[in-house]
Amino acid sequence: MADASATPVLETRDLDKRFGGIVAASAISIAIRKGARHALIGPNGAGKTTFVNLLTGMLRPSGGEILLDGAPITNLEPHRRVRLGIARTFQINQLFADLTPIETLGLAVSERHGSGRDWWRIVGSRAGITAEVGELLERFQLVDVMTERTAILPYGKQRLLEIAVAFACKPRVLLLDEPAAGVPEAERQEILATIAALPADVTVLLIEHDMDIVFSFADRISVLVNGELFVEGPPDEVARDPRVKAVYLGEALDG
Amino acid sequence: MSSKIDTAVSRFLASRARFGPFEIAFWLIAFASIYLLPGRHLILTETAIWGLFALSLDLILGYAGIISLGHAAFFGVGAYAAGLLAKHEIIAEPSIALLCAGLAAAALGFATSFLVLRGSDLTRLMVTLGVALVCFELANKFAELTGGADGLQGVTIAPVFGAYRFDMFGHTAYVYTLVWLFVLFIVARRIVNSPFGLSLKAIKGNALRSSAIGIAVNWRLVAVYTLSAGYAGIAGGLLAQTQAFASLSMLSIERSADALLILIIGGTGYLYGGLIGALIYRLLQDYLSDLTARYWQFWIGLLLVAIVLVGRERIGGWVYLVEKQVARALRRPPPTSPADQGV
Repeated sequence: MADASATPVLETRDLDKRFGGIVAASAISIAIRKGARHALIGPNGAGKTTFVNLLTGMLRPSGGEILLDGAPITNLEPHRRVRLGIARTFQINQLFADLTPIETLGLAVSERHGSGRDWWRIVGSRAGITAEVGELLERFQLVDVMTERTAILPYGKQRLLEIAVAFACKPRVLLLDEPAAGVPEAERQEILATIAALPADVTVLLIEHDMDIVFSFADRISVLVNGELFVEGPPDEVARDPRVKAVYLGEALDG
Repeated sequence: MSSKIDTAVSRFLASRARFGPFEIAFWLIAFASIYLLPGRHLILTETAIWGLFALSLDLILGYAGIISLGHAAFFGVGAYAAGLLAKHEIIAEPSIALLCAGLAAAALGFATSFLVLRGSDLTRLMVTLGVALVCFELANKFAELTGGADGLQGVTIAPVFGAYRFDMFGHTAYVYTLVWLFVLFIVARRIVNSPFGLSLKAIKGNALRSSAIGIAVNWRLVAVYTLSAGYAGIAGGLLAQTQAFASLSMLSIERSADALLILIIGGTGYLYGGLIGALIYRLLQDYLSDLTARYWQFWIGLLLVAIVLVGRERIGGWVYLVEKQVARALRRPPPTSPADQGV
């Protein structure tokens, strides 16, 4: 563990993002070590999702660098970063409404195997791919709804599929953007259990509002405020930090 | 346990690609019409060509969500290419010349595909419309080559494989067209059921997520746009060959709009929409012009509005609803969750 902590798998250096006059990310330098359960927290509008968009290439930074295993990926297109091993989920479901979970996961797995450009073979005719889809359906408790259109799935199942699709890309770094957002309490546990059961070799960056989830999951926490990295450290340290308390207390008073 | 799910997964995916009874019946009837309706071959040829043209539009609209009002550009380029190849006796064999016509249209499709990658539906409508207008005016301008407003005259099509001469009753033309339509349909059907085809549906559904699972969205769109242009070019080439003539109307906005209309009548996103739409369009045209010779477009227009309001954007439109009802009446529903969950 001590050795692994020395090599960050994903790292940003002085990452900036400005939208006109608005600063959404300002000189963010974060190093996420291999196998970490890293949480990114902060009040609304702190720039958490912007940061994920920068990491995944959905937004281009105004300045700074992003490194994966020490190699710069700052200007790579989103789909290339996925192939290098960064996958994400979205705060608001981004699913394929007309496809079933089988097709959705089959597609993600096919793409990873590089058969997405295969225009002659029928989908699912490769045994390796169907086996993997089967495993994913089981791992994310989607077997009972696997032949339903995604649009009509219960919200909790859609959230599970949201994570499953990202996981199907076999990421080395998985970015979870508020995975349990909007999920009713009854289905929440299923999602949290699934996240807790993610393989240890997958590095996870979790963006979350819910402090219970963050403190039960993370081994390291970064606090983002107004686009700047405010505090970073192990959970107990962050929890004790008076500045963090002030930020959250301030937000509570505003709200 | 997991091998059971595995089997269910592959069975489900395979079932999506399997030929259903409706499809088999459709093609049996289509080929039977060669013998059963010998007096209608001229009209059937034209209908099949419209069907193929609308199918080419379905590949981009129904599968990749690219709306176009200028697909006649590719149809016309294919038509002129086939006409010129025959007129100047560059390639005598019609089937080879037709492939070349398709390639010419595909090349134009590839070159212009980069214009439709970005932007909203409105941008795409305008860009495709603009490309078609440019092609139309170019064909008009270079009259020495294309015949301009008079059309490409003096085209003689050689016999297919040196053996089957195009006759005045259109028998050869119909068999020739139908075989092309069938082969291209089967190829298109393979493609839309492949991982590539699935990725197109994904892009249509959610381009953002598609890139987030590693799909190079732009290249997939370029590929399908090129393919679709090639299909449209072959449709145009077929019309030029079976009529031994190419004209500016093959590049016109009306032709683009008619293809869209036919496709919407038949429904998008299941490949048969263009073919069924072309049949319905032709039947309606015949029936309505018998009824009200001058106002048949009034009824077509009314029908179009009704179909779009009823079918919305559902795959297959109203045809899907009808098929679902028929299928429900014919057989009991298949089991939806084949694997018992033990977890």
